[in-house]
Amino acid sequence: MSMSHTPYHPRWHRERISVWWWLGSARYARFVLRELTSVFVAFFALVTLAELRALGRGPEAHARFLELLSRPWMVGLNALALAFVAFHTVTWFNLAPRAMPVRVGGRRLPDALVAGANYAAWLFVSAAIAFFLLRR
Amino acid sequence: MHRITPLLWLLFSAGGTVAALFYPVHLLLLGIAFPLGWLAAPGYDSLHALVAHPLVRLYLFVFISLPLFHWAHRFRYTLYDGLQLKHLTALIACLCYGSAALGTLAAAYALVRFAG
Amino acid sequence: MPETVTLSVSRYRPEREAEPVFQDYEVPFRKDWVVLDALNYVKDRLDGTLSFRWSCRMGVCGSCGMMVNGQPKLTCSAFLADQPPGPIRVEPLRFFPVIRDLVVDLTDFLRKLKKVTPWIVREREQPLSEGEYRQTPEQLDAYKPFSMCINCMLCYAACPIYGLEPSFVGPAALALAQRYNLDSRDQGARERRERLTEPGGIWECTFVGECSEACPKNVDPAGAIQQYKVSSALAWVRMLLPRGGR
Repeated sequence: MSMSHTPYHPRWHRERISVWWWLGSARYARFVLRELTSVFVAFFALVTLAELRALGRGPEAHARFLELLSRPWMVGLNALALAFVAFHTVTWFNLAPRAMPVRVGGRRLPDALVAGANYAAWLFVSAAIAFFLLRR
Repeated sequence: MHRITPLLWLLFSAGGTVAALFYPVHLLLLGIAFPLGWLAAPGYDSLHALVAHPLVRLYLFVFISLPLFHWAHRFRYTLYDGLQLKHLTALIACLCYGSAALGTLAAAYALVRFAG
Repeated sequence: MPETVTLSVSRYRPEREAEPVFQDYEVPFRKDWVVLDALNYVKDRLDGTLSFRWSCRMGVCGSCGMMVNGQPKLTCSAFLADQPPGPIRVEPLRFFPVIRDLVVDLTDFLRKLKKVTPWIVREREQPLSEGEYRQTPEQLDAYKPFSMCINCMLCYAACPIYGLEPSFVGPAALALAQRYNLDSRDQGARERRERLTEPGGIWECTFVGECSEACPKNVDPAGAIQQYKVSSALAWVRMLLPRGGR
């Protein structure tokens, strides 16, 4: 059979991929949820930017911003964002050792160990930031 | 465009790491614990003094800009693959990376003007 | 334990139908039977017209890949008893054109496999007088998992990007490219990288990870591709430095 025949043989059946392909399995759906965490990451980047601008404009502007942040719908939105951002963190750290395997003395370190190191760094960093923000 | 894909991927990776490490605690404190009064938020003056420090402003610049590029790269692929918007690929790329660039500029502007 | 189980098999006979249809067969339910045994029972006793590929029936040749209840599996390794109760759906490997029944066309994969130059590339062949290419166990360890690929293409059937983007080279081919990139005897990493960082190459991958889930040989093609992204990105940065970072 020659390799130069047309790749579009009329009698071969080709499946059409639906735009809802990602609802086809729980794993695909979880993948899309993971990808959508980026929207909430961008959301919080912009919230931080907004707070910075309010802070720069003076105490009244900042107080108004804090008041906005304390509205129930805003707290709810931030809670949802936190869930998605936490999901991003967990999936990111769990996948990191497969993208950057760590070799020590010619052997590859177990993935759980490398992921664990990431989580440890995360705990340390979070504690440091909390310390900075809470002691004032 | 495909010649700078490695750069865009590096920004995506760096942004994803910054978001993974730093965003949860910031979001928990600034978005939930402080507004609900679970923990005492820093007052305006101490917060202002903290942000005025050049290293803190550098941190905040990285904190805002890199994750925006993380979003741009990931969201672009999500639209491309998830919604199969192949014919709009150039437009989507411009909108995504363009908005991230705008956000970065806005952050730089806000931070540079902060001293004073 | 039930006596029989229903196999709901996708049939496609281009000479008489425009779209695949399902045909049900009652096969004996033996706890030591795999789906391939059931398919062979159908072919031998019930319906000789059923077409499907198989060979070694022990998970090393990669011929018998099909969708079993929506998941890409080697039918020689998918036990009837491991499937949820009810009819077992058997369909041809997803994302490949169906020639007939459960037989798919693999030309696209074979073409893409050639594209990654899956052999040791040398600038200069070592003459016999210089002896063998020697390799330490650590050097072998660096690429060994990626060399276990049996070209069964379950990873392609699992990868939504391969389904959505016809130009994507795909998991197995890229894992094999890495197998050679990481082989201490190979000197072809640069030429492979030039070809595989173009559209359709490694940058199409979004680390869904389903390829590695489907792989019966624990090759971890997803890991291979991410590592390839890291090394390519670093190579790109080095190119920007004066004198290419040398």
